[in-house]
This record gives sequence, structure tokens and C-alpha cells, in this order.
Amino acid sequence: MPFLAPFFLVFGVFTILPLGYAAYLSLFSEQSSGLGFGGARTVFVGLGNFTSVLSDADFLGSFGIIGIYCLFYIPLMIGAALVITLLLDSGLAVGGRFLQLVYYLPNVVPGLIAAIIWLYLYTPGISPLVDVVEGLSGAGWSLASLPASIVAVANVTIWLHVGYNVVIFFAALQAIPRETLEAARVDGAGQVRVALSVKLPMIRGAIGIAVLMTIVGAMQLFAEPMLLSSRAPGIDSTWTPNMYVYQKAFTDHDFGVAAAAALVFAVVIGAASWGATRARRW
Amino acid sequence: MSAAGGRDAARAPSRLLSRGAVTVALLVVMAYCLFPLLWLVIAATKDAADLTGTYGFAFADVNFADNVSTLLERDGGIYPRWFVNSLVYAGVGAAASTLICFLAGHAFDKFDFRGKEKVFGFVLIGVLVPGAATALPLYLLASNLGLVNTFWAVLLPGLVNPFGVYLARVFAHSYTPYELVEAGRLDGAREFGIFFRIAVPSMWPGVVTLFLFSFNGIWNNFFLPLLMLTDRDLFPVALGLYYWNSQSLTEADYYPSVITGSLFAVVPVILLFLFLQRYWRAGLGSGALK
Repeated sequence: MPFLAPFFLVFGVFTILPLGYAAYLSLFSEQSSGLGFGGARTVFVGLGNFTSVLSDADFLGSFGIIGIYCLFYIPLMIGAALVITLLLDSGLAVGGRFLQLVYYLPNVVPGLIAAIIWLYLYTPGISPLVDVVEGLSGAGWSLASLPASIVAVANVTIWLHVGYNVVIFFAALQAIPRETLEAARVDGAGQVRVALSVKLPMIRGAIGIAVLMTIVGAMQLFAEPMLLSSRAPGIDSTWTPNMYVYQKAFTDHDFGVAAAAALVFAVVIGAASWGATRARRW
Repeated sequence: MSAAGGRDAARAPSRLLSRGAVTVALLVVMAYCLFPLLWLVIAATKDAADLTGTYGFAFADVNFADNVSTLLERDGGIYPRWFVNSLVYAGVGAAASTLICFLAGHAFDKFDFRGKEKVFGFVLIGVLVPGAATALPLYLLASNLGLVNTFWAVLLPGLVNPFGVYLARVFAHSYTPYELVEAGRLDGAREFGIFFRIAVPSMWPGVVTLFLFSFNGIWNNFFLPLLMLTDRDLFPVALGLYYWNSQSLTEADYYPSVITGSLFAVVPVILLFLFLQRYWRAGLGSGALK
């Protein structure tokens, strides 16, 4: 089947094979001789790397942080996108098409570049924003605490992706039959009532998918927290699962543990994406 | 707008939702979306001293030309190289990946073969595993094969796009009528001839859409190049800027180059987006992206 061969060739070589190789590597551990020289021995450890990953507070903690992050980020992201969409769709907005374009624009910016821009905008002395926030809150500027670093990262990702959700929700709203909205208005429902009691329930499928996709996206966080960690001491080197994997492989040079962690991560994110696609009902 | 009658009062927008209030709220969101980019443009005109010494949203001495020439010459003129690398990774990668996806998508829609839906199930399983989860396994394999630190280590994994195959199947189904393919067969055309001369032209908007999303995805990818590359000559622009940014933490004279370099790194994707908007809309409508 020459039409399918190219895809399955690259899929096999660059997805299946690496996962299989990682599964193989995850069964071994490099143990250096006690003196630290004379080379390391590779020892078969079975599922030992998996038990050490699954009992590693840093690894579990990275999912814990993403969990806390999502508790703050998801309601804000989805809530903001819904409010913006309902305002755009209220019939009171001017230039809705143009506004959607502008809101979507940050979505094409690379996450790393967005993080660089916001890194400067979080830097006292450079950023006009810091003075405003200090003035409003009356407190000094610091990104040292966990809540502050969560807000700092969430702001970057909301800036990047809120427009995407607006476009998706707006498209879902256009699918509501005109007669339904007319009927609600004839029954005397005002704008706000129509939005809350008719429009929102009618796009709850789209909202559910967006929530799941946003969670899946949040679990993959890497570039933004990695870059912001230089200015936000609240972000440690194992803040997200991918940062943990990176730390294990490139700082600790523990490839067995890194491979095991990457596989556990792949399974967790695969299951979460599966949930999201089930919601989409292919 | 003010409704005095009781019957109209229920239908009139409340004060909170007056046209003015809605417009103001939406403009505030617009400002939030644009001000970081505006800041980037203004900051790219400042030297290191003005960056900290002047107000962020006001122009100071315009040093844009100086910043650009420093950017182009810094570290032996490596920035243009990073930029070209990114263009090649994203351009070649997206073109090849789009072709691969449409070959498969066309076959899944127009050919009948045993176990087709089972095979397609494999593609859908592939959709579940994102690039972020396969990056480290890819690195481990490439390092075993001695392929890390090569151009191929970044280019080739970018060709895998299971979601692109799914989308291409949807596009093939909605753009290319089966009768057209059938007519080609009756005329004795070969299947590849039908694909390139009949199917691809009819699916062209879908082809452009998928190319755009792939280009954007590869251009924006940072994790895989970070793992694969230590040779700075092979860096894509995002990885290069990451490296310079860590230099700037100790050497402040890197600041203007990081900022000006970031500006140029977003220009291609923003231009593609603005000029080919209708294709983005088509992609978003069909659930593209992620």
C-alpha cells in the first residue's frame, strides 16, 4: 500500500520504536563503582525504575503542581473565553470578526517567545506592568511563592491560547438554531438570561472538550515554566512532568529513570487525551 | 435605547450590557492581547540602557538599526543561521509531513481494503500520544544510533502527524467527490496520477491549512530541539534565543539581541497567519490544532 507506507514508516520509526526502546531502557540502571571512576555497570533492575519513579515525591509532585495549576487556570481560562465569546455573540459588539482575529493572534506566537516577552514584562525596572501591579496591590513584586509562580505561568498560557477557545466557542454558538434563541426572547428572556440559560447549556459539549484539551495541554507544560524559572524562584526544576524527565536525563544522567518517567507520562497523557476524544465522539 | 414601556423593558439590554460597556470590555481584551507584542516592537528600538532607564511603552532614542546589526553580527553572525534553520525545519518538515498525511488521508477515504478501519484505529491511537511524550524516547534512541546533534534528529520526527492524517481524511471526504476519482480510473490514469492531478488540486484549501498548522507547530517546537541539539550551528531560532536569554542573565548587553531576535522570530508566523487567515479559519472549523 504505497499511499499508507510513508506515514506508517515515519510513525513506526519515530513514535513506536522510540517508545519501545524507552521501555527496554527503563528496565536497566547504570550503577557506578563506589569510587566514582572506572566506568559504570549496566544492571537489569526489572520494574525497579518504575517503583522509584512512582514513589519519587518530585515526580508525583510535578503532577500535583499541574493539578493545583489547573484548579486555578482552567476556570479562569474557560471562564474568560466564555465571557468574551458571549459578549462577541451578544449582538452588541462591533467588529466581531476583526476582534476574533486579534484575540487569536497570540496563539501563533511560539510559547518560548511568549515566555521571553512576559519574562521582561515581569521584570522590575524594565516592565511598566510591575509598577501598576505594585500600585494596585500595595505589596512588593515577587514571584517567589507557589501561587505567584502559578499566576505568572497561567497568565502566559492564557495570553497565548484564550483566543483559540474563543474561536471554538464562537463557532459552537453559531450552530444553535436561530428559532431557539428567538423563542427564548419571545418568552421574555433578556440578553443575560439567554446567554446563561440557552447559549451556555447548548454548547456544553464544546466546553467539556475544551476543558479536557486544556488539561492535556497543561500537563505538557515545559518551555514557559522552564524559561520563567529564572525570574520566578517558585518554579523549581521538577515543576512539571516534562521538566522532571528533562532533569532526570540531562542533569542526573539517569536514563533508566528518565525513560520510566517518560513512559508513565505518555500513559497518563494518552489516557487523558483518550477521555478528551471520547467526549468529542469520533 | 431607553425603553419606557413595561413590555419593552424586559427586552431592552440592561445597563451592564449596553453597547458601550460591551465594546469597552472587548477593547480591554484586545489591549491585553496586543500590548505584549506592542511592547516587543518598542523594546526592539531601545539599547540596553534605555530598556531599564525609560518607560516601557514610550519610545526613547530609536536604536533599531543598531540592534538589528548587533543581532546579525553577534556570536559570529549566528542568528541568520538559526533563522534559516527554522525556515528549513518548518518549511521542509511541514511540506513533507503534509504530503505524507494527504497520501494516507486520500487512501483512507477513497480506497477499500481489508481491515481499513482497524488500521485507521492505529492512526487514532497515535493522536493520543503527543510529541511532548515521545521527545525523550526519541532522544534516547537517537543517542544510541549516534544521530543526536544532526539536522535529521530535529527534521524527521516532525514528519509524524497522526492528527494530520485524520484531518486529511476529513478533507479528502469533503473536497474530492468519489466520482472524480472513479472517472480518472475509467480514463486509465494511475492511482498516483489521480492523487496528484485530481485529488490534490480539489483538496488544495485543506492542503494549505494542514501545511500552515504543521509549519506553525514545528516553528514553535522547543522541547525536541532542546533535547537533540548541542551544536549551536543547528539550533532553530527558539532554541538559540533560549540560549542567548540564559547568557543575558549574566551579561546585560545580550538583552537587545534577545528582544530584537524574538521580534523577528514571531514575524514569519504572524505574517502567515494574517495573509492566510481564511485557511486558519478552515482549520479551526474542522478542529485542527492539537
